[in-house]
Parts: sequence; C-alpha cells; structure tokens
Amino acid sequence: MTLTVPVEFLQASPYFADMNVSELDSVAGLFFEKKIDKGDTIVWEGNPGEALYFVASGAVKCFKTSEEGKEQILQIVLPGNSFNDVAVFDGGPSPTSAEAMSLVGLYGITKRDMEKVITDHPWLLHNIVQVLSAKVRHLLDLVEDLSFRHVISRIARILLEYADGAGPKPKLTQQEMAALAGTAREVVGRSLKTMQEDGLVRMERNRLVISNKDELVRLVNSHP
Amino acid sequence: MLEMPWVDFEKCTGCGTCVAACHCGAIVIVESKAIIIQTLKCGWCTVCEAVCPEGALLCEFEIVIEN
Ligand code: SF4
Ligand code: SF4
Repeated sequence: MTLTVPVEFLQASPYFADMNVSELDSVAGLFFEKKIDKGDTIVWEGNPGEALYFVASGAVKCFKTSEEGKEQILQIVLPGNSFNDVAVFDGGPSPTSAEAMSLVGLYGITKRDMEKVITDHPWLLHNIVQVLSAKVRHLLDLVEDLSFRHVISRIARILLEYADGAGPKPKLTQQEMAALAGTAREVVGRSLKTMQEDGLVRMERNRLVISNKDELVRLVNSHP
Repeated sequence: MLEMPWVDFEKCTGCGTCVAACHCGAIVIVESKAIIIQTLKCGWCTVCEAVCPEGALLCEFEIVIEN
C-alpha cells in the first residue's frame, strides 16, 4: 500500500509519539496530502475546523485580523508542527486564518478521522495534552511579550528568532514583522533604522544582517 | 539572478499604486497585473509593499547573523 504520509514523519510528531509501526501504518492511511501556493489561504478565521494539518515543507502563518484589517500573527508553523488543532478538538470555528508563506506541503487528517484515531487509541490524549500545553505556553509567552516588552525589544527578539542558523526559517516582510510584534509597519521601519544607526543590524538590500548579536540580545532583555 | 519583490497575481488588481510609488521605475502593469522588472536600481526600499492596498506585493528579508 502506498501511503501519502511517511510513517517516519508521524513518528517524529509529538502527536503520535510512542505509537508502534503497525498502528502508525493504519493512521498514515487516513492522511491526505495538499500542496499550497505561496500567499494562498488554507484556513479562514471563523470557518468550521474541518481538518488538522501538519506542515511537511515550507512555512504557514496563523493570524487574526482586526475589523480595521490589522493582522496579529500568533504562530509561524514550520515543518513537523501542526495547526488548526483547537478548532478540530473543541468543535468551534477556526480561531485564526492560516496562509502559506512559501510553497507549502501539508499532511492533513479530517476531524472525523482524528476522532476515530483517538477512540481507537485513547492513550493518545496524553500526547495531545502535551501538544496543546506547548501551544498554550507559546501563546502565554506572546501575551507577556505584547504586554510587557517595549516594541523595539519585540522586534529584536523576532530578528533573533527568525535568523537562519537554527534550521530553515521563512523570510519575513516588514509587514509580517509588524504582525508578529503587534505593531504598525512604520514602527518596524523606524526600529530597524534605529538598530542600524546603533550598529546592531545592517540592511543589505533584501538581506537583514545581524552585525552585533550580543547587543541585540541585550536589547531584547533591556525592557522587561 | 537579482531577486526582486514578489507579486501575488491572485491578489493584484492592477491598480497601479505601486507603479506610481516606486522611485526607480521597476514596476509595470501588464494585462492588469504588476510585473517587476529586473533592475539594480531597486534598493528594496519596500515602498511598493507599503502602498499596495491588496497586500499583493512582498519585499521579504532574509535574516542572517554575521559570524
Ligand atoms: S499596488 Fe498592489 S494591487 Fe495595485 S498594481 Fe501594485 S501590486 Fe497590484
Ligand atoms: S522595493 Fe522600492 S525600488 Fe524596489 S520595486 Fe519596490 S518601490 Fe521600487
């Protein structure tokens, strides 16, 4: 039988950790595969959560949009990680939209099939609690950042987090940096200019070079 | 090949706002879509991204740490 999702992919996912190969084989058969073009929307905020998705390649941004059209990115999902979990488990609408930041490869499982997997393997709930707890922790960090940190520190933190080195990272527009930092695009432009004047970063056309990492780290920690 | 800002043709309405805003003449409208021509004059000022009402134009930055 040819499976759309490699068993190794599921094995590496915290969702299916500790499943044996024959169990993984049967779960793998329930997955479908999707290729999404850059800029296309995968999930719309407010729509029913029909499937749980795992990113196989590329990057997906999950964001909320205000009535005025302002975006707040809650999470950028990289290969191996999932999105649309909350809507699939609580049966409510999707709390965020999800858009492909590059050509994206996805593995998906419908809500109904995921429920079947859990019914057949109830101990998986333990794994799911772990996955959801990690997501809550990430969101709490974001709330802390938005509430207590000065905007320039938030931007500095984003630059350090999305610099290459620690695995493949998506490129970011100034608009996306603003949507991650909960601020306006112009503020990002001004902050980058200040950082450049202070010798922390250098703009080389479409490359943003962190030239003084230690000072940038200090900036992240200087406005707690 | 010189990298240029990226246009999402599904979102671009061909309104021309970016053409008027770009100071180096890098953008033209062809069949109601913005096309960005290869030019060294584009210094990645990101003005086109800032003015596009559709969010169709992206000036993405690769973030790197200097060793
Ligand atoms: S401003 Fe945006 S929508 Fe208008 S032509 Fe340029 S890219 Fe297209
Ligand atoms: S980044 Fe600036 S120079 Fe380059 S195409 Fe856009 S507006 Fe023109």
